[in-house]
Amino acid sequence: MRHFLFKRVLAVLPVLLVVSLVVFFMLRLAPGDPAAVIAGNNATAEDIAHIRSQLGLDGSVVSQYGIWMGRVLQGDLGYSYYLGKPVWALIAQRVEPTLSLALGTAVLAVLLAVPLGTLAAWRMGGWLDRALSAFSVLGFSVPVFVIAYLLIYVFAMQLQWLPVQGYKPLTGPQAHGVWDWARQLVLPWLTLSTIYVALIARITRASVSEALSEDFIRTARAKGLSDFTVLLRHALANAAVPIVTVIGIGVALLIGGVVVTETVFAIPGLGSLTVDAVLNRDFPVIQGLVLLFSLSYVGINLLVDTSYLWLDPRIRH
Amino acid sequence: MRRRFFKTMLVAFAVGLLGATAGAQNLPANKVFRFVPHANLAVLDPIWTTAYVTRNHGYMIYDTLFSEDGKGKIQPQMVQSHSTSKDGKLWTFKLRAGLAFHDGKPVTSEDVAASLKRWSTRDAMGGVLFNFIDRIETPDASTFRFVMKEPCAIVLEALGKASSNVPFIMPARIAATPGTEQIKEHIGSGPFIFKADEFKPGSIAVYERNTKYVSRSEAPSGLAGGRPVNFDRVEWVIIRDPQTQFNAILAGEVDMVEQPSFEQYETLKKSAGVKVDDFTPAGFQYVMRFNHLHAPFNNPKIRQAAMLAVGQQAFINTQVGVPELVRPCRSIYPCSSPLADENTPGFTGVANPAKARELLKEAGYDGTPIVMMRPTDLAAITKLPLVAKQQLEAAGFKVDVQQMDWASLVARRAKKDPPAQGGWNMFFTTWSAQDIDSPLSSAMLNAKGATGWFGWQDEPRIEEFKAKFARAHDAAEQKKIASQIQAVVFETAAFVPLGQYRNPTVLRNNVSGMLQTPGIPVMWGLAKR
Repeated sequence: MRHFLFKRVLAVLPVLLVVSLVVFFMLRLAPGDPAAVIAGNNATAEDIAHIRSQLGLDGSVVSQYGIWMGRVLQGDLGYSYYLGKPVWALIAQRVEPTLSLALGTAVLAVLLAVPLGTLAAWRMGGWLDRALSAFSVLGFSVPVFVIAYLLIYVFAMQLQWLPVQGYKPLTGPQAHGVWDWARQLVLPWLTLSTIYVALIARITRASVSEALSEDFIRTARAKGLSDFTVLLRHALANAAVPIVTVIGIGVALLIGGVVVTETVFAIPGLGSLTVDAVLNRDFPVIQGLVLLFSLSYVGINLLVDTSYLWLDPRIRH
Repeated sequence: MRRRFFKTMLVAFAVGLLGATAGAQNLPANKVFRFVPHANLAVLDPIWTTAYVTRNHGYMIYDTLFSEDGKGKIQPQMVQSHSTSKDGKLWTFKLRAGLAFHDGKPVTSEDVAASLKRWSTRDAMGGVLFNFIDRIETPDASTFRFVMKEPCAIVLEALGKASSNVPFIMPARIAATPGTEQIKEHIGSGPFIFKADEFKPGSIAVYERNTKYVSRSEAPSGLAGGRPVNFDRVEWVIIRDPQTQFNAILAGEVDMVEQPSFEQYETLKKSAGVKVDDFTPAGFQYVMRFNHLHAPFNNPKIRQAAMLAVGQQAFINTQVGVPELVRPCRSIYPCSSPLADENTPGFTGVANPAKARELLKEAGYDGTPIVMMRPTDLAAITKLPLVAKQQLEAAGFKVDVQQMDWASLVARRAKKDPPAQGGWNMFFTTWSAQDIDSPLSSAMLNAKGATGWFGWQDEPRIEEFKAKFARAHDAAEQKKIASQIQAVVFETAAFVPLGQYRNPTVLRNNVSGMLQTPGIPVMWGLAKR
């Protein structure tokens, strides 16, 4: 186990190195110039050249990479060109809203999707199964922003039960209570979880139905076990690996991929920070964020892989 | 025992979380004002950047020596009195008593001198003013003097300049920061105090009332006069999505949206609980800019042909789409501004494709496609290139519209390379009326060739007229020179004005006291029932 973990953690380093190289050089190759954005509409070409020099963008790309990587290795992600603040501080400010959004969505999705998918597999062809299929089609095909606006219209504008937008932090000097925090997030959670409920429920249904057709299920039934025990301890347990894989990928995607939801609900998370950084060509912020996203992606995959050892003893051996 | 301990701890933790509250919740609702600015407030230094949202933030926390009143006249603000010597070479200014920065230190003439020097390194008009100034003297803490090399007609206009970059006054130790670097502390002497600890770029900026602010005794007028503050706390809430802005103001979650989208204008006018109003009737102007360096627009006749080919009405109708918010305007200075002159024999603002085609033929246009840059992510101007393409093609031009984001566009427009090698022929932009109401503040009238504004027009006559304008003490004389500059602009087809528009604001019905200003949404004067 320890050997396995050590090997996997070690494998992360080359991944991060390649990611850092690709992102750094791709950004320099892409059109756009942070100095021109900073200089504004009244500037002249000379003003822009001056700012480029100040930002250290007039040196060779290789030397720029060397300087940046040297700092990263010392734990310094640099300063935002545009905001003049340390990149780590900007990211730290945005982590809580994004994690709240992503983890809340994941929990909600799992709590709804796994039982629904399992029951649909248990009663395949029944009304629940058909309803789940219809919901899945909807969940996959309706754009997130449409779901968001519909929910806002019903629950915020008409019923006035929930707020339209905003985020109230749970920690820090401006912290609000759990109730305020959750109230702000109910609609974003519902919005985002739609597609994940559809995805996880479909995978759960397929995996459980496959497990239910195995010989050991017949044996379990022959032993006189209750339906509930057969379903939970035998079918679901044996179908867990693909379900956990999808949940893991979903959470990883949520951390870096909630831009639309953050925009519609005005949640100041990592998604909107990424969009701003890209639009302003704020290279240090983009690089820091991509490293963070890669790290979280790799970390979640590591967790998922480790969970296989626990879920399926065959893999351990 | 252990179980009870954990239970107690758990309950204490839950109560703590549920009970935690932020500052605004303890204030009465009418003492907190929530404002949605037109853009994300990211940069806080109004001298380092020309971004309007940063300028507006500047007006919250800084004060100015002079300000423009509701009639467009420059009035003293931090200044108590001022005088000029008979030969016009010595200006003496006395500061009002009791002015203090938010850190409690008094505002001194040294702070003024340092702030103006920093401003002059970034602002075009400030640069012109400082070309006339030999030195600034500070004989005592409340007096400063301009010793001029020669008399200058724009001293007060420059010091009372309303739009970016505004000569805001900050402590000398902060103003010592080079203009090319961002300041790190945000301390002014204005009516609001910036709460740096609550600032989250992309989310919220918080201001508290400056209880020690010494307001002028005159009634508020434009940016001038008294600055009565009726809120203990103002929150700038960043909401990017126009639909969410719309929902938020209808639900009463915010009190004012600076620039709702044009598509929502009619609905907002009819919606209960909100009202549409306009704090900046002067509005904005769209502009089409040529690259004077490269073919085909290095040929003045082809630029003239393009100017003839475009008609303003189509641009403002397509981009704004609300008839009552737009108006054609042939002047390069915003119509309704003092220097506006619609007597433009060289420019009608109405498309004349037949005449444009004739001129194009006469100029020997060889059919080289025009590289037109279109910013797809800037809703305020993204439709303009599409209209231009249609109108120019109707006159015989070949047009290559290249789509890109604004960051790519601003980088590319700084390139002097030929269009085929990554350069460009044409782009579009929009200006707040205050930025182009004087030949000295309008960036497009920087016609110094390679060191001038993007497009690099080299037209010494414009520069000569601008120098004359700065020396002309008579308003009629200034207006005459401004019109002469305009005539050269149309004669050389330097750029093309595409019409004016207004972008009204929307407020909750219980908000009153909005001041009409030169484009700045000010939070003083406002009150909530």
